[in-house]
Amino acid sequence: MATVAQNFMKLFRGSSSGSQAETPQVSQKLTRRSSGLGELARLWESETPLCVLDLGSTSPTNITFFTGRTHKIYSEDLLVASTEPHLVIKDEQGNVTLDSRKFLADNLLYPAAHFDVVLCWNLADYLDESLVRPVMGRLWSVLKPGGMLLAFFHTKDAGPDSPCYRFHIIGKDTLEMQKIVMRREARRGPTGAIHTAIIDGFRLQRVFNNRHIETLFRDFASIKFFLARDNVREVLVVR
Amino acid sequence: MSAPLSADLAQIGKSVVIKGELSGSEDLYVDGQVEGSISLKSHSLTVGPNGQVKASVEAKGVVVQGKLEGNVQASDRVELRKSAVVTGDISTQRIAIEEGAYLKGKVDISGKAEKAAGK
Repeated sequence: MATVAQNFMKLFRGSSSGSQAETPQVSQKLTRRSSGLGELARLWESETPLCVLDLGSTSPTNITFFTGRTHKIYSEDLLVASTEPHLVIKDEQGNVTLDSRKFLADNLLYPAAHFDVVLCWNLADYLDESLVRPVMGRLWSVLKPGGMLLAFFHTKDAGPDSPCYRFHIIGKDTLEMQKIVMRREARRGPTGAIHTAIIDGFRLQRVFNNRHIETLFRDFASIKFFLARDNVREVLVVR
Repeated sequence: MSAPLSADLAQIGKSVVIKGELSGSEDLYVDGQVEGSISLKSHSLTVGPNGQVKASVEAKGVVVQGKLEGNVQASDRVELRKSAVVTGDISTQRIAIEEGAYLKGKVDISGKAEKAAGK
């Protein structure tokens, strides 16, 4: 059974046996100003060491950003973790879904009230439906009282092919967005023929409206919305 | 990337499987499988591209090109190359992470740190 690490390698680099993968295209990087990040900046510019959880793709930039300010940073790519094959099950109606219990048994394993800040980025928009609420529940429990969580949500104008981005913190309120690109993997089959497959990035699963977002974070003490010009809603919640 | 040639370097080739406690007073290059613990207090560990290490690691410097599952304590520096897949907490004075490396765990820079930029 493939491990998360093997799935990750397949997604971004191709399998290591009997295949030739083309070099992934270097994706264009965009910058955007983030009001939510600007709010959080007051925390990490203070001298108090923080415990930060980054739920996006492993970002050397983010790790350097936080460790350079004497904070502890935890990195956990939940989107990749959600592609683990052994999570796939069938529900009572026979529909294919993901096992949220197994997912939480393998991921987000932290003590209660551990983090000062959780960076969710666009996780909720791209994560499988069956995992969204359980993950948010777990994040509530691992946040310290008064801890803050930042999440991005597409607005209703986003189409289903809205690209999934990685986010790198490059300034007090500035993010660099890097599109997770599709890669074409060339693989030599058993007859020697070369097969090609396009491996998609992550697809937008849903568009939350404000009420859905409020319901999703109903266990949190407060919620603040920032609407950006690029049709992204930034949400900052406090436990 | 082939293993570096050095007279003061112990190497574990890709067909070798070791379970237990490894310790030594020279640099170690692991391209096989190691399960247990690795202690090289004043020396460096390199996990090669085929290396699969499931162990707690204590060394002066650690370079990961393959797979490492376990906590890492490096008194000097940790490097995660672009093919690295690391699950575990890292405690070190300096860290360099190439774009493409995968890390699930904590990074804790302690002591008199020079914070290396990610590559």
